[in-house]
Amino acid sequence: MASEHTAKAFDSDLQELTRLVAEMGGLVERMITESVDALIRRDVALGKRVVAADIEIDNLQRVIEERAVLTIARRQPMAIDLREIVSAMRVATDLERIGDLAKNMGKRVAALESDFQPLKLIRGLEHMTDLVLSQVKSVLDAYAAHDLPAAMNVWKGDEEVDAICTSLFRELLTYMMEDPRNISFCIHLMFCAKNIERIGDHATNIAETVFYMIEGQQITDKRPKGDMTNFATTVPGN
Amino acid sequence: MTELSVSTTVAGHAPQVPLPEAPPKVTVRNLNFYYGEHHALKNINLTLGTNRVTAFIGPSGCGKSTLLRIFNRMYDLYPGQRAVGQLMLDQTNILDPKLDLNLLRARVGMVFQKPTPFPMTIYENIAFGIRLYEKISKSEMDDRVEKALRGGALWNEVKDKLNASGLSLSGGQQQRLCIARTVAVRPEVILFDEPCSALDPISTAKVEELIQELSEDYTIAIVTHNMQQAARVSDKTAFMYLGELIEFDDTNKIFTSPSDRRTQDYITGRFG
Repeated sequence: MASEHTAKAFDSDLQELTRLVAEMGGLVERMITESVDALIRRDVALGKRVVAADIEIDNLQRVIEERAVLTIARRQPMAIDLREIVSAMRVATDLERIGDLAKNMGKRVAALESDFQPLKLIRGLEHMTDLVLSQVKSVLDAYAAHDLPAAMNVWKGDEEVDAICTSLFRELLTYMMEDPRNISFCIHLMFCAKNIERIGDHATNIAETVFYMIEGQQITDKRPKGDMTNFATTVPGN
Repeated sequence: MTELSVSTTVAGHAPQVPLPEAPPKVTVRNLNFYYGEHHALKNINLTLGTNRVTAFIGPSGCGKSTLLRIFNRMYDLYPGQRAVGQLMLDQTNILDPKLDLNLLRARVGMVFQKPTPFPMTIYENIAFGIRLYEKISKSEMDDRVEKALRGGALWNEVKDKLNASGLSLSGGQQQRLCIARTVAVRPEVILFDEPCSALDPISTAKVEELIQELSEDYTIAIVTHNMQQAARVSDKTAFMYLGELIEFDDTNKIFTSPSDRRTQDYITGRFG
């Protein structure tokens, strides 16, 4: 980390921004865990709590954006300072989107009426959530610690999540073909799987932001992609 | 996965395409400068691109104004000061002791920190310099004065009071009068030594806009303490520290992602 500014208040402005992002990150992590828990345990009350928690996430994003804009106006930051502030805004935007996706899963809990509970599917979903959650945690740690290699590991590690999502889609498809009564449930679950996969994408976005913050350049390489869900749904019977 | 190569993960171009390299107008090679015993500039190497704006930044005493004052041999006015090395203005060796300094200063004009209009009319402020180098008729002179005042973005404000004293103008107008006076003798290079530090924000904005316009016809070097100003007006930026040139690069690069730690610390307000 860089040394202190001549204007000490500038340092505390930047620290406060980082702290707010960390706070938001912690809340978002909890939302992901709880939304999937609610889904698996069919816990409608927990699902509602997740939906309610999203308001706080939205508020935090607004606060971060306002502080960032104010700091830019006051300090006219340059170089690493400017990149840190821009990065805080970007990370907050990704976290806000993750919050929305978790909230969306929380909402679906109430709609899952059937008792149909294929264990393999639920395990797959849990495994995927664990992976994505560890991606989110690692990338937020990398952001806070300015750790480029750790961020790049997250960036490259999204492939596995995509692969699980694809296989979940295939499985859901077979359940739906087996018995049309499963369709409603499976579609909800499909959206949830896609939401978790999207959360993984936001984690890689944050990794790209960490790259920009540290290196001063945008990452331009193509990320390894394993998301084949668009094919999984167009070849029924396979 | 363990071996992380950053250079392979980014393409070799910045998203914002930098200006193409301009042919050099002024070339500085291994330049050293001494105030008596004091070694004020150490082995400076850089070029000022033709019709480009080059900004010089750095903490007080880093040598940026000293360097500027070598470009038109201003230091010659003071005994005990000497420059060693090579300094070329196109094919002319600026450091050549036999060089006609008046001609050099007509080719390399300078605008100072504080506006310094002559105690004479606005018209004469411009005409005075032209008469030193050229003999022209009254009507030609009128044209030249108007052109220079237009070049200094001042014509519309003073066209009805050309016989008023230059000192009657506001600070910002006085500075633009000085710029017009510099432009009037048709220099090739214009040196600005903190041209806006005594001006209010509106006048500063006008002078900055003027600098951008002037860069279409002139090669410009500007010393400024205002980092945002350097970022706004220049194509290239040189960061100097303790008499050395630390970093010289595209302005966009310097202010978003400088290579040297000292540059970064300075522009982000961590020292200086």
